[in-house]
Amino acid sequence: MSDINSNIPEGELTSKWTKYKSSVPLVNPSNKRTIEVIIVGSGLAGASAAATLAEMGYKVKCFCFQDSPRRAHSIAAQGGINAAKNYQNDGDSVYRLFYDTIKGGDYRAREANVHRLAEVSANIIDQCVAQGVPLAREYGGLLDNRSFGGTQVQRTFYAAGQTGQQLLLGAYSALERQIGMGKVEMYTRHEMLEVVKIDGKARGIIARNLITGEIERHFGHAVVLGTGGYGNVFYLSTNAMGSNVTAAWKAHKQGAYFANPCYTQIHPTCIPVSGDHQSKLTLMSESLRNDGRIWVPKKKDDNRKASEIPEDERDYYLERRYPAFGNLVPRDVASRAAKERCDAGYGVGASKLAVYLDFKANTERYGKIEAAKAGNHNPDKETCMRLGTAVIKEKYGNLFDMYAQITGENPYETPMRIYPAVHYTMGGLWVDYNLMTSVPGLYCTGEANFSDHGANRLGASALMQGLADGYFVLPYTIGAYLSKEISVKAIPTDHPAFVEAEERAVGILNTLINIKGTKSVDHFHKRLGHIMWEKCGMARNAKGLNEAIQEIRALRAEFWSDVRVPGTADELNTELEKAGRVADFIELGELMCIDALNRNESCGGHFREEYQTEEGEALRDDENYAYVAAWEFKEGVNFELHKEELKFENIKVAQRSYK
Amino acid sequence: MSTGNMNLTLKVWRQKNNNAKGALVDYKLADISPDMSFLEMFDVLNEQLINKGEEPVVFDHDCREGICGMCSMFINGRPHGPKDLVTTCQLHMRSFKDGDTIVVEPWRAAAFPVVKDLTVDRSAFDRVIAAGGFISVNTGNAQDANNLPIPKMQADAAFEAAACIGCGACVATCKNASAMLFVSAKISQLALLPQGQPERYRRVQSMVAQMDAEGFGNCTNTGACEAECPKGISLENIARMNRDFASAKFISEETV
Repeated sequence: MSDINSNIPEGELTSKWTKYKSSVPLVNPSNKRTIEVIIVGSGLAGASAAATLAEMGYKVKCFCFQDSPRRAHSIAAQGGINAAKNYQNDGDSVYRLFYDTIKGGDYRAREANVHRLAEVSANIIDQCVAQGVPLAREYGGLLDNRSFGGTQVQRTFYAAGQTGQQLLLGAYSALERQIGMGKVEMYTRHEMLEVVKIDGKARGIIARNLITGEIERHFGHAVVLGTGGYGNVFYLSTNAMGSNVTAAWKAHKQGAYFANPCYTQIHPTCIPVSGDHQSKLTLMSESLRNDGRIWVPKKKDDNRKASEIPEDERDYYLERRYPAFGNLVPRDVASRAAKERCDAGYGVGASKLAVYLDFKANTERYGKIEAAKAGNHNPDKETCMRLGTAVIKEKYGNLFDMYAQITGENPYETPMRIYPAVHYTMGGLWVDYNLMTSVPGLYCTGEANFSDHGANRLGASALMQGLADGYFVLPYTIGAYLSKEISVKAIPTDHPAFVEAEERAVGILNTLINIKGTKSVDHFHKRLGHIMWEKCGMARNAKGLNEAIQEIRALRAEFWSDVRVPGTADELNTELEKAGRVADFIELGELMCIDALNRNESCGGHFREEYQTEEGEALRDDENYAYVAAWEFKEGVNFELHKEELKFENIKVAQRSYK
Repeated sequence: MSTGNMNLTLKVWRQKNNNAKGALVDYKLADISPDMSFLEMFDVLNEQLINKGEEPVVFDHDCREGICGMCSMFINGRPHGPKDLVTTCQLHMRSFKDGDTIVVEPWRAAAFPVVKDLTVDRSAFDRVIAAGGFISVNTGNAQDANNLPIPKMQADAAFEAAACIGCGACVATCKNASAMLFVSAKISQLALLPQGQPERYRRVQSMVAQMDAEGFGNCTNTGACEAECPKGISLENIARMNRDFASAKFISEETV
């Protein structure tokens, strides 16, 4: 059934990567010095690739839209990074990490890619520690671990609630080291607006200097996009305000297939929306589910305060429905369960769109342990709570502070109120085993590609994938392509392909400026977000998706005739930047709905109401949908479906159960 | 649930570009909710300006959860506003009163030139890191992570220094526009860890030299940086940096 080739090497799953790695053609050091690689994005996937390729000797140019590579949104990842180290001696292994990830992804990821990810996971931790990343340690001086959803081992490494920050600063320092040595040319406050293709191969980009508005042409023998996810298509998400799909979308329009766009991760534990002014949503790390118990009142429309609801009138619905995994079920399962309770009328807080995340039981338990350590074997409740609060504070202090800051409530005293929010996108540009898109010479890494998480990503796996791609996969696999490019001299940027690509980019900027309509960019973005959340969000159905497609088309027409972008294109113009991004989100939104409508099954983050078990769990259709949906862009915003069949040779495909 | 009832007067620094002359401009805002973040209040202002056909205020911001370090407003004479230990994006309007006048300016330091309105150029920080704020280990050169036990206290201290978000509030608040809190936080993180030892004295010399070259001022122990740091980075780091810098002159065979 496949009509696209994923280039997965032959051989046993467990030795595929090692064998392939040893046989990938090499580029000799003197040739590397003349080969130029463009990296767009400076998050975990971009910065790690830029640093590593420069260390290897390639000439690297790296681009980011922020004022410094250190600001990329990887920085906001809180909870942790998985690795199959088995330091806790709890039976973890490469196979288990592989198995958990495939199962967690609801059997919609490629076996070969996921196994490779599990294999290199341990190297990532080694590399980061060597860079001076201060991961959490135990008193013996060894690294500490905690649990994340969808697993029964402790394989998550962390740095308080700031793991992403610390890992990114590690990659950033490696990148800055190469910048200092002149081996990477860094372009901050630059946005990529086009991919340049010559004879079918990616040969460079068009970028806009966001300060001066100047349009620049940059040549590269290969181009790598590590530009992150597209969750902001929903307007409200846990992404940074600037996170966007533009680089990936422009690549898509130049022939790179977009895979599984409908697979969106709605994270179960976010701070609920407080009003129409809301500009973004804030995640409360999944790690909190290690020690927080999720509940709602047993009685509908119970308006009592949490503290006034006695224990036997609380419904710990995750523990009730999923006794084996309890509060640590995967994100998609936890989110849907919260939505189910709230839709049924059991939600809490003013909006009734929230559930409680309660730390009291575990605070008391920790307090008891601490008291015992100090020789007090019969502590009173107050002592337990005092000592336990100190433990909780050490583990999650920054998260609790953030919660208090945003809501004005003290989570040490009252349970947190949480609700699901858009967090991560498993879909992205289609890539083969080498991380190359369907455009030769154009690569895609990290969240921007589709490859490793199937229909649902497990917690603490995004950081793992970003760094795996950038440090340990792409630097090898790109050799397979670049080794054939050694005779290609740098192509001058007055080549007609550069001129034409620049004209396309400038044309769009001028059109946006000249519409001079009546409504702001944010106005359109909010309306798009509303359509997407209501009709292509946590639950979808054919009727809603068909409506959404029509509504988005109408919105696109309205946008292009009525958006107002003040200022000019030859200056720092943040409205112009946003307008270009929202224009791309509108087109992507339509494709997401088309993909969701095409996939007549429920799997992971894609829940079609028509396809569920009697107990309300996702019902897959392996016979007809065990494929990657890779969409090709066609003239006039149309899309053609290509299928990559998913073969499971090492794992028995089953209905996912966390009971 | 969202509409509030706060009325505010804003005095906002407007400056077309680095060469233009800037000035404070007055804006009136009505119906602000106390649950809004400070930046969401600016979103309301900008929407209002766009609807009137004016140019919105340009300000740096990205994650809006207090960790990327991009937001950078000088509010009523304090970087990140009146609350301790928060960034501008985590400051909420409940920290202000109905009828307040709020003055908002960009970071001001010779090493952080204004780009436009409230946006400044902080690339000097990147260049200081590029001068030595790293451990020289290429990808693939690492041993097993647990081969190097690090006492918890030491690892925790390194982590506390590493919590710096590079926002530049320390520079903005310092009367000398000194970057010593920022620079010393990175130096301390790496000096506290065994991995950082081989380059310890070389690092401190290179980073301090770059810091000086960028035009940041010296430290006169006022302590405003520590008081205003949204991440609570401690002055002890500056002491450690000074100690290492002095030691480097005696201990290190290399002069950088």
